[in-house]
Amino acid sequence: MTAAALLVTIPPRLIGAIVDDVTRGAPFSAVAVLAAAMIAVAAAEGLIRGTGRYHIVDASRRVEYEMRNDLLAHLQQMQLGYFQQQRIGDLMARLTNDLSAVRQMYGYGFLMTAMTVMLLVFSVASMLQVSVKLTVLSMLVMPVASVTFALIGRRVQRKFRDLQAQFGDLSTKAQENFSGIRVVKAYSQEEPEIASFAAINAEYVRRAIDLAKVNGLIWPAMSLMIGVAVLIVLYVGGIDAITGAMTIGQLVQFVAYLYLLSFPMVAFGEITNIFQQGWASLARLQEIFDAAPAIADPVDPVPGPIRGEVEMRGVSFAYGNAVVLRDVSFRVPAGGSLAIVGPTGSGKSTLVNLAPRLFDAQQGEVLVDGVSVKRYPLAVLRRAIGYVPQETYLFSVPLRENVGFGVDEALSDDRLGWAADVAQLSKDVEDFPARYDTMIGERGVTLSGGQKQRTAIARAVAKDPRILILDDALSSVDTHTESEILRRMRAVMRERTSIVVAHRISTVKDADEILVIDEGRIAERGTHLELLEHGGLYAQMYRRQLLEEELEVDEEQAEHEKRVRQAEGEPTAFRPRLPREGGLAEGP
Amino acid sequence: MAGQGGGGGTGFFHEDEVLGKAYDARLMRRLVGYLRPYTLGVVVAILMLLGLSATQVLPPVVAKFIVDSAITPAVTKEIPVAEGLSRLGLLALAYLAVLAANAGLRYGQNMLTTVIGQKAMYDLRIELFRHLQFLPLSFFDRNPVGRLMTRITNDIDALIEMVSRGVVSIFGDVFVLAGVMIAMLLLDYRLALITFIALPVIVALTAYFRGIMRDSFRAIRIRLARVNSYLNETLSGISVVQLFTRERETFRRFDDLNLDLYKANQGFVRANAIFQPAINFTRATTSALLFAAGGWLILQGELTVGTLLAFWQLLEQFFRPILDLSEKYNIMQAAMASSERVFRLLDTPRTVADPPTAIELRHVRGEVRFDRVWFSYQIAARQAVSDHGRHGPRAEGDDAMQDWVLRDVGFTISAGERVAIVGATGAGKTSIISLISRFYDVQRGRILLDGVDIRDVKQRDLRRHIGVVLQDPFIFAGTIASNIRLNDETISDEGVRAAARFVNADKFIDRLPDGYDAVVTERGSMLSVGQKQLLAFARAIAFNPEILLVLDEATSSVDTETEHLIQGALGRLMKGRTSIVIAHRLSTIQNVDRIIVLHKGRVVEVGTHRELLAERGVYHRLYELQYRAHQAV
Repeated sequence: MTAAALLVTIPPRLIGAIVDDVTRGAPFSAVAVLAAAMIAVAAAEGLIRGTGRYHIVDASRRVEYEMRNDLLAHLQQMQLGYFQQQRIGDLMARLTNDLSAVRQMYGYGFLMTAMTVMLLVFSVASMLQVSVKLTVLSMLVMPVASVTFALIGRRVQRKFRDLQAQFGDLSTKAQENFSGIRVVKAYSQEEPEIASFAAINAEYVRRAIDLAKVNGLIWPAMSLMIGVAVLIVLYVGGIDAITGAMTIGQLVQFVAYLYLLSFPMVAFGEITNIFQQGWASLARLQEIFDAAPAIADPVDPVPGPIRGEVEMRGVSFAYGNAVVLRDVSFRVPAGGSLAIVGPTGSGKSTLVNLAPRLFDAQQGEVLVDGVSVKRYPLAVLRRAIGYVPQETYLFSVPLRENVGFGVDEALSDDRLGWAADVAQLSKDVEDFPARYDTMIGERGVTLSGGQKQRTAIARAVAKDPRILILDDALSSVDTHTESEILRRMRAVMRERTSIVVAHRISTVKDADEILVIDEGRIAERGTHLELLEHGGLYAQMYRRQLLEEELEVDEEQAEHEKRVRQAEGEPTAFRPRLPREGGLAEGP
Repeated sequence: MAGQGGGGGTGFFHEDEVLGKAYDARLMRRLVGYLRPYTLGVVVAILMLLGLSATQVLPPVVAKFIVDSAITPAVTKEIPVAEGLSRLGLLALAYLAVLAANAGLRYGQNMLTTVIGQKAMYDLRIELFRHLQFLPLSFFDRNPVGRLMTRITNDIDALIEMVSRGVVSIFGDVFVLAGVMIAMLLLDYRLALITFIALPVIVALTAYFRGIMRDSFRAIRIRLARVNSYLNETLSGISVVQLFTRERETFRRFDDLNLDLYKANQGFVRANAIFQPAINFTRATTSALLFAAGGWLILQGELTVGTLLAFWQLLEQFFRPILDLSEKYNIMQAAMASSERVFRLLDTPRTVADPPTAIELRHVRGEVRFDRVWFSYQIAARQAVSDHGRHGPRAEGDDAMQDWVLRDVGFTISAGERVAIVGATGAGKTSIISLISRFYDVQRGRILLDGVDIRDVKQRDLRRHIGVVLQDPFIFAGTIASNIRLNDETISDEGVRAAARFVNADKFIDRLPDGYDAVVTERGSMLSVGQKQLLAFARAIAFNPEILLVLDEATSSVDTETEHLIQGALGRLMKGRTSIVIAHRLSTIQNVDRIIVLHKGRVVEVGTHRELLAERGVYHRLYELQYRAHQAV
């Protein structure tokens, strides 16, 4: 780059010499030699500059690549709470638009800065050789320029940040609308939605124009200042030439230097722009990096393996000010089973989220095998736990990979079949176009709610975990399939610990211990029978569920039932067919 | 995942793999259509651009006169020094005026085009959003949210970029090039012709590199789409990734995609690193030729020094637009691809649309009749797709091939009647709800509301009279209250509270720090599924519809306690209202007047609970299963 900048300062000398030669009436051969020299210099300069350019721009792509990797690696360590606060749309905007602004800064920003600074140094040095007076005069615009750009630059940066924030809002609004389109349609909310989108869009346009108002100043201001500098040189230098203080060739040479400077100087406006935007974007990316993972590996980890005992001692938890769990304690021995029931919003999900450390309790201790979960490496802890979340999330990969998601090595067909059997998924799979290799999601089949849940169960079972947690994971599965899943799971879980959150008594009644959670507290605990005897909330729940059945069965019906059963022996299982609710989407 | 398929053979990226043309007359014409409301502004902008180009060509010419008419004659004593100085002063003033005009025009032109671009694309973005609002659900079944978001955010932004920067700078470049060429020919045609020798070289160089650029831009865009969609999916499912300790594997896959993108970029960077110096070298060679030829002419006394200098400066201007060609090409190509995608979306017909002679529905009694209805999601999706311009219409083929969800379904529900629809999963229950709301259109037969085909009714009117509680409760970013009343300001605060009380949602709402004004975040992650469902119930009730549709097991994730309360509320709500309830649990349908049993898309039994049990058919079997499951308790 330095060599290139040095080479670039040669042609003006040659041009000045040519002009002096022709005004003096020198022989043409002298002119021709100078012209040939110009071509040689240009060839050398082009070679050097091309190489330099490649390396700098390539480095900026490298930076982008590394940074994108680092961002993902960092985000993967962040706790769930972070993603609940941060909108995915906004994160994506940072990972795309901001990252690209930062890359621009590292590439063209640095490239042009380097070129500009070096050209400035070498040109000014050459200019000083020609005329100190003209150099000083033409450099008078510099302080004016710096002050102007410092002022404009700061405002550009602020306005750019405003614009980016609005872009995030725009994305979020669109995402929300498209995701909730059923509700929008069902409630005829199209027009209000358009109006609210239009308002966000109008604000976006306003901010974009606002940015352009300041941003648009940079280039005209810069080229005006260059022009003024050229003008000063032409005027003062012209007087000097007329009075004989310098030759026309020298004047031309001087102007040539100024032109040489003019491009990088005009580009300086763009550089300012690139740096302002890049800097604002870098700050937004830095925010992501600055968010330290609240849940991380311990400094002095306890090695596995985990047997599967789960215990909580006086655990309390709050989301902000809303207290969700108060002083919860229980212990499930390895291989034992625990069920959790309770009203909606009583804290059941939160409670089971504490074991795999999706959240950390603010008070009390969560222990696995008698050791605080915080002392295990996260990977060891989570590998020991099979978790089926309340809201199913599957990836757009083949079914096989979805089920084998938690398995380190490629999932064997045996294990896949076994997990699918336990989750009662095998029958459905037979109807899929490519069986286990069927693509799930956007580009493949859309699964029904029940199929999704069962896939998630198979995914957790396939991990062969020491501890299995089902967070209301059977809600979309019909009762018959549910009992079949539970029956098979019991066989699998004989030596493993299981924690099941559910609403149906049928799901929880066989657990070793049942916790009834109410308003974040354990209201009752015991086995099914004990709780029934106790006659509290659980017994109420049970009676209500039972009552619902009894309401439908008067005696006549009961008699009828009995006769049917005697006549038919074992009832033939009614096998639900492959559901098509979501609309089966095939590739085109 | 996305990268494994190779060759972009997967649907999602197919779309992004568009042409790679930097100019498409058809698309351009359509885009220009959006500028029509701003015709005056466009005309002014073009005039300003012309002025701007002129002020850019003028300075070298003024400089020529400074050298030729002021300095040289004074130096050679052709004119007195004083005369030379005064000419110099005048010309300097002219130069200053040109500079000032240039700066002013540049700022004004830039502002004007930014405003026009932003406003025109504001219109387009709203048009697109509006269009999407009225597309049928089968469209949304097929098009993932992320893709639609890209259309409405990034694609439109690419168009703004093109309108306010790409097109303008290309026009500007053309004007400057023309201006430079004219100025050169006027100054000295011989030197001009020598300069133009460079033209074929430039054309050949740009043609060659344009091919390379087109290919690498396309490659880059496909890979960028892969990287971003993978990123989006990973972040959306981050808890699953963490729970299953897949961070390392996910990262590895991401790294593959990311590296692939980096390599695609490298190709472009390399090409550009050759192109720019090559153009620069052409410029230097041309200017050397110019000085050699010009020098010779001056020595012959046929050219002035000032003219040679003006040529040299004009030459610089001549090459400048060509140097950032790749940037402009990038902008144009991205914009063409974006507009192609945006327009394709805009051209998706509203297959479920209001007819021109739509009937207004003021009062509804609430009689719902299915008249020999056939429905298949595949056909619905195919219709949406074929109209999307990718496939021609297909024959429906024989029935067995169509995966009919509903086959020849017929029933009548009289006004105010409460009906439950039961059947195993996949029997077609959900479809019935979706069809009554006209989320999809039936393929055969018709659905009548008070004797009127619902396709003849304005969708808005139809849905105003129907309250739906969906299986998957959706919460909008806003407050609890705004989620109940949505945007209907006629529902008072008291109405909101009453609705919440009605479904017993008030208990958990009162416990929230800000009660009804509590802010709920995107996707309602602050609320439990049960709470979201309670909110969805409150929403349905707040709108007080004549017809109530309760979808599937909307109550399945609510605990028994709450479910019981909701059922009580529903019982009250269903009274005097046409109600269609779908639930797997027979217990939730004990309040209805009649039960319709669906089996494999057909209505197999209709009657009361007792009648159906006595029939000992499908319902009886369903009931028995249900009963046995609970017996075990």
